[in-house]
Amino acid sequence: MEIKDMTAVGLSAGIRSGETSVREALDCVLKSISENEDRIHAYVTLEEPEKLYKEAEIIQKKIDDGSLKGPLSGVPIAVKDNMCLAGMPTTCSSKILENFHSTYTAEAVRRLKDAGVLILGKTNMDEFAMGSTTETSAFGPTRNPRNPDHVPGGSSGGSAAAVAAGECFGALGSDTGGSIREPASFCGVTGLKPTYGTVSRYGLVAYGSSLDQIGPLARDVTDCAAILSVISGHDPKDSTSLERKDTDFLSCLNEGIRGMKIGIPKAYFGAGLDQEVGDAVLKAASEMKSLGAEVSEFDLDYTDYAVPCYYTIADAEASSNLERFDGIKYGYRAKDYEGLHDMYKKTRSQGFGPEVRRRIMLGSFILSSGYYDAYYLKALRVKALIRKAFDKAFSGFDLILGPAAPNTAPLLGTSLSDPLKMYLGDIYTVPANLAGLPGIVLPCGTDAKGLPVGVQLMADCFSENKLLRAAYAYEESQKAAGRKCSGCRE
Amino acid sequence: MPYEQYETVIGLETHVELATKTKLFCGCSTEFGGKPNSHTCPVCTGMPGSLPVLNRQALKYAIAVGLATHCEITRHSKFDRKNYFYPDNPQNYQISQLYLPICRNGWVEISTPSGKKKIGIHEIHMEEDAGKLIHDEWTDSSLVDYNRSGVPLIEIVSEPDMRSGEEVTAYLEKLRLILSYLGASDCKLEEGSMRADVNISVRPAGSSLFGTRCEMKNINSFKAIERCIRGEAERQIERIEEDKKEVVQETRRWDDNKESSKAMRSKEDAKDYRYFPDPDLVPIDVSDELLAEIKEEQPEFQEEKAVRYKEEYGLPDGDIRVLTSDKRLAEIFEETAKLSGLPKKASNWLIVETQQLMKEKNEEPKDLHFSPEHLAVLIKMADENKVSSGAARQIFNAVYENDCDPEAYAKEKGLLIVHDEGALRAAAEKAIDSNPKAAADYRAGKEKAIGALVGFVMKELHGKADPGQAGQLLAGLLKN
Repeated sequence: MEIKDMTAVGLSAGIRSGETSVREALDCVLKSISENEDRIHAYVTLEEPEKLYKEAEIIQKKIDDGSLKGPLSGVPIAVKDNMCLAGMPTTCSSKILENFHSTYTAEAVRRLKDAGVLILGKTNMDEFAMGSTTETSAFGPTRNPRNPDHVPGGSSGGSAAAVAAGECFGALGSDTGGSIREPASFCGVTGLKPTYGTVSRYGLVAYGSSLDQIGPLARDVTDCAAILSVISGHDPKDSTSLERKDTDFLSCLNEGIRGMKIGIPKAYFGAGLDQEVGDAVLKAASEMKSLGAEVSEFDLDYTDYAVPCYYTIADAEASSNLERFDGIKYGYRAKDYEGLHDMYKKTRSQGFGPEVRRRIMLGSFILSSGYYDAYYLKALRVKALIRKAFDKAFSGFDLILGPAAPNTAPLLGTSLSDPLKMYLGDIYTVPANLAGLPGIVLPCGTDAKGLPVGVQLMADCFSENKLLRAAYAYEESQKAAGRKCSGCRE
Repeated sequence: MPYEQYETVIGLETHVELATKTKLFCGCSTEFGGKPNSHTCPVCTGMPGSLPVLNRQALKYAIAVGLATHCEITRHSKFDRKNYFYPDNPQNYQISQLYLPICRNGWVEISTPSGKKKIGIHEIHMEEDAGKLIHDEWTDSSLVDYNRSGVPLIEIVSEPDMRSGEEVTAYLEKLRLILSYLGASDCKLEEGSMRADVNISVRPAGSSLFGTRCEMKNINSFKAIERCIRGEAERQIERIEEDKKEVVQETRRWDDNKESSKAMRSKEDAKDYRYFPDPDLVPIDVSDELLAEIKEEQPEFQEEKAVRYKEEYGLPDGDIRVLTSDKRLAEIFEETAKLSGLPKKASNWLIVETQQLMKEKNEEPKDLHFSPEHLAVLIKMADENKVSSGAARQIFNAVYENDCDPEAYAKEKGLLIVHDEGALRAAAEKAIDSNPKAAADYRAGKEKAIGALVGFVMKELHGKADPGQAGQLLAGLLKN
């Protein structure tokens, strides 16, 4: 098999067996980057090739002397640009952090590096992870490798596109309301949002702190499981990090889908869902059934409240989280100003893009005195109800199946003019964030235009193993049927 | 209405810096001073992606203060973000507690000349300190030092239960005592580790309704607090009586040099802090185990000590007050009393000589470094007449200074009293021979005349004789 067609886990095995080398793997991605990046624009910052080759040499030595033997050692991987990495800018695709260099490295990225991963660079995203198309990036949009006229989804659009275009062998994204799963769906790759608290948020530039989770975007389910195994685990630097011991997500993959109870919320297939998307997702469900799963429909309560609840909480938290970008300590500062207040105003007006400004305004309003109870507290109560509805669902089902987005990737330039419609597109992904649940999205077909459709599986907290087993069984059946799967380039 | 018929109503918000080694949400040192920004990390400088982790010791101190002030401990507590933009606040929000403060509904008892009184504690909450802005005249720019940023504070909010500057001082003294007994804070008002904002209103004496209050800021000493209360009460009464206007609810800045205040902001321009629970911190669940652990570690406080000192040692109230005014002093006393078996004498050394030396050297009880063992030895030496009282004071100076062994020191300096009968007798005989007039006077019945002879003996023996013993011996010799 050619290196470019390998999965991350396959590539690492090849490197460790001496069949190929870290240098050859790097040659392969750099070639792909030089062929595609001008068109796709998946990256904000790419590490200098000399540094990469030097690092590749160091990793190769450690593999050769046996000190590195993990399933990802030697694999070139990309990181979303909202994760700090010392020695490279961390911009969050915002003008306000242009040229900002973090003094430290995010815990999840550090764990990847310790596992012998070669970090290629930082991927493009919606500014501060606010958006579903990667078009709100201050550095220009990323294009969908499946069809460059379309968006890659967002906010982890750069990561998804880099995986889909072969510009890396896997990537880290972050998911606050679907920012891993929706671009995975649009780009035809596999993306997983872990249970809240599974991956340390230390060094992830916060958007909605109570919802943010880092997770993998990868070429297949196995790669997702391998990346998750490396980045998960307790971190004392993050108070919301969980003490999880079950962080081996690879050994469960073969346990199969037979006997699993899969529920399909009826409301997920109502108005607003593109017919072709619905058909592809239901087809995936029936294939899972044929693999031995028990599939049935059910009523999931409070589905309609998820999007407003999500935007209330996320915007409120964001309005506070983004206060630190003020022109005082780092990042952009307006050139001409009179006094402190004017400096704040101009810096933030000029430094943030329109979508970020909108969410800061909304969030500040939500938290302001007199409205806090009516909006923020009420949203927290709705969040608790949504969590309860899922508890009820998971008392009867192992997994919940649905779409990842109401449609396939829209054309570039068509989404931002109607933010409300864009927000409503998050209906299938935000519930997992509100309830803290893990969710995985993997390809299940294409629409008439050849754009990928993804199917989403959600499980109860701590049940990533169930997600991965089911997704792996489905993926294997698709491979056996000769259908192209995620990450495999045309 | 005459001024005297007004009553001043006072409530305090007291900010206390906790004595933890590290900051509230990161591992940086809380040490005072240091090069600007040398005690900082990504967390306390608000770097993107950094996250707070609660300092367990700060929580324990806050709970301990709550228990000592008879508060209910909030078993499920939370931190909230107080959002406001200012460069000394690196995240532009301060992590504090609004909705579920760690302690609520307590009280402390104060004593003033008019008697004992309970002052209610509304709540105690934890929060982080801000950095410091320094204006550089040379470059006409402002610089920020984040060494203070994230230093743990508690804010103790009293009920509006105080009526005079005297009560406020007694209340603050009481808090200072509790905090220092707990070791929870250095409590230095002048150095900023304890600072109080004072809420003041006036009303006709006897009224049960509250007047409109003003919050007074920038009060830097106990004396300033009394001046500020007097000044602000007068201002409010004048406004009501002379200007026939209502008091406006506002925050005022006290200028202790001018003994007057200026309005900073009124209630109308009060900032909207947009408080909400900090999603980066998990709720604090105070377990039974933690609470039991903190209770176990609570020291014996002043009141309990005072009762015990009376019962156990039978000391006078004045002694007890001084000894228990500081935990360190009380500890030295208890140990010395135990080792010497002479509590009243131990007390005397600590409330007279020790206080005098501390005053001379401008030191505080925490600076005392002599050991109770050495003080006890000295007390016994004096009690057993091994040294004269003058010599004992001289030895104590050395013990206070260097914690030296009093016996060795007395020997070295030749301060031990001569109990050698032969030497004493020789000196006495010499005294009688050399002072025939005094001897004759004594023999003639002038008893006072013996003083001169004793003085001669003392001088002859370089002060190392026991004057009582010398007197007896002289009297015996003169009778013959």
